[in-house]
Amino acid sequence: MPTTGNPVLNLSVFAVFVLITLYIVYRASSRNVTASDYYAAGSSFTGAQNGVALSGDFLSAASFLGISGGIAAHGYDGFLYSVGWVVAWLVGLLLIAEGLRNTGRFTVGDVLAFRMRQRPVRAAAANATLVISFFYMIAQMAGAGGLIALLLNVSSKWGQALLIAVVGMVMVLYVLVGGMKGTTWVQIIKAVLLLLCVTLMSIFLLGKFGFSLSAIMQQATEHNKLGEAVLDPGAKYGFSTMSKLDFVSLALSLVLGIASLPHVLMRFYTVPNASEARRSVVWATWTMVIFYLCTLVIGFGAMALVGTDTIAAAPGGENSAAPLLAFRIGGAVLLGIVSAVAFATILAVVAGLTLAASASFAHDVYANVIKRGNAEPRREIRVARLTAVVVGALSIVGGIAANGQNVAFLVSLALALAASANLSTILYTIFWRRFNTTGTLWSIYGGLGSCLVLIIFSPVMSGAKTSIFPDVDFAWFPLGNPGLVSIPFSFLCGFLATIFSKAEPENADRAAEMEVRAISGIGARA
Amino acid sequence: MTKAVWSPGETQHEHREMRGFASFEDPAALSYVDSDGNPKFTLIRETDEFRVLRRRLTAFVFPMTALFLSSYLTFVLLSAYAHEFVSTKVIGVINVGILLGLGQFVTSIIITLGYARYAKRRLDPQRQLLAEKTGVEE
Repeated sequence: MPTTGNPVLNLSVFAVFVLITLYIVYRASSRNVTASDYYAAGSSFTGAQNGVALSGDFLSAASFLGISGGIAAHGYDGFLYSVGWVVAWLVGLLLIAEGLRNTGRFTVGDVLAFRMRQRPVRAAAANATLVISFFYMIAQMAGAGGLIALLLNVSSKWGQALLIAVVGMVMVLYVLVGGMKGTTWVQIIKAVLLLLCVTLMSIFLLGKFGFSLSAIMQQATEHNKLGEAVLDPGAKYGFSTMSKLDFVSLALSLVLGIASLPHVLMRFYTVPNASEARRSVVWATWTMVIFYLCTLVIGFGAMALVGTDTIAAAPGGENSAAPLLAFRIGGAVLLGIVSAVAFATILAVVAGLTLAASASFAHDVYANVIKRGNAEPRREIRVARLTAVVVGALSIVGGIAANGQNVAFLVSLALALAASANLSTILYTIFWRRFNTTGTLWSIYGGLGSCLVLIIFSPVMSGAKTSIFPDVDFAWFPLGNPGLVSIPFSFLCGFLATIFSKAEPENADRAAEMEVRAISGIGARA
Repeated sequence: MTKAVWSPGETQHEHREMRGFASFEDPAALSYVDSDGNPKFTLIRETDEFRVLRRRLTAFVFPMTALFLSSYLTFVLLSAYAHEFVSTKVIGVINVGILLGLGQFVTSIIITLGYARYAKRRLDPQRQLLAEKTGVEE
């Protein structure tokens, strides 16, 4: 078993990071008075800043540790996974970012309910946001558990549970103190540190192998029991008809789901206008391309220098590839830095999720459904803060329960849910004039519901050795990821429900306003 | 450029800045702003400038989406169903699959930059024209 450095050093680097960022959050948010400050950082960030923060939302524990680990363990199949994360930004850039920025203020519900009947649509949007964020958050918290096991050498379940609770509480503190502005700054700092970290590690590795990716991969094959076959597809997803279909389904969920996640959509509101939103996606795309090129080098580097078997035997399993490699090439100090950055990553991403979930509840449910749009802003923010605490507590409990589950996999379910509930509805709302309230409700609930049902009756839940309930078998849906079925289904639901229901002439003015605003930006300044 | 006065009803909404040619000084001309200073969106939607903008946007965005989605799905399907082909070694141990994957990175960047350029040259100036015609800006 490899040593993972000095836990005290790891912990102190991490503590220093938390203190510094908390101070920055505190300074950045001294004027968190209005709802716009709290939810959207007063729309004061530049495109470049927001772009880095956007990529920060994606450089999560799942993608940094999970993908480099996936490549270290499964070679080509791990790499396949990373391609989807980059391509997905095009959906955000071409179809979503500008229209969303121009028509909404704080939440997805703002856009979806813009020209529809307010209360049912807002409630539906909030339901979708809460379900998606909860799945995504559990994945992050479960990742935190595994990481802690590795870095702090805490192997008892109770010890890990305690640490997950601490991580959860620090994250709620960020949200309460900092609102969107504080959270965004944490995200920016973390993304820059993470990028520096992976870039330097990759350059070092490439230098060690004479700047030849092929040489790294050549040596990697010698430390994997599959040999050269690990560079070909199939190491993870296998060759059966179902496993191939499952993979295609996962790929579809990835590419369509990423730009539909509520906490990502909410980021588009932190910039002052649509062209800054566009710039931020351009920045995010560049950062992601660089980042995933580096994970390719780091993943195969870890396979070459640490070895797949050693990684699999480490306390965090696959997720420990990047930290172990850091220890191998840079000793305890580099390991301390990489672990601190990885912790920070989890903190920042979960803070963003908590903010999205609490905004959705306070702004859509409390202010618009319960108070019918007449909520006092101060009370609305108080509700948002209270919700953040509740959501934080729930995610701590969920994270402790899911501790030990496969992180990247849980994330892929959240992506399938996001693509099914949000993407179809947002696209129809922005680009299809005839779309109406009935269509909106059907496409949100149709996508969300079908996705949830298929997950419940899939091998994920029951009937297989790796299931959550391995002892019972009520699975009849063969795929682990439901996206291939539920995403087209939500588009179909929205389409048919609109066609077979009456048009809403009373909303024609709002529809015209939405179309003009989404496309031209006229009247969009908040 | 003139600046419209905030009406009492406006304070309920966000403050919008009104600049442009159509204003209260010239009531005879076709106005794209109502007496409360809000843009008349139904009228604006029917202008030629808006139609051109809309056409230019969709003419880029939809075909490009179809393009990158099909290129990504081709890569995914090849990886799943054309095992022999993607395993062919090209440079050292680097095979067709890895190169196709890296190719996705390259096309993503090209499309991103392409759109940024198109938006700057073809969309933003048209938005400016529309803003000038209607006298309403963001």
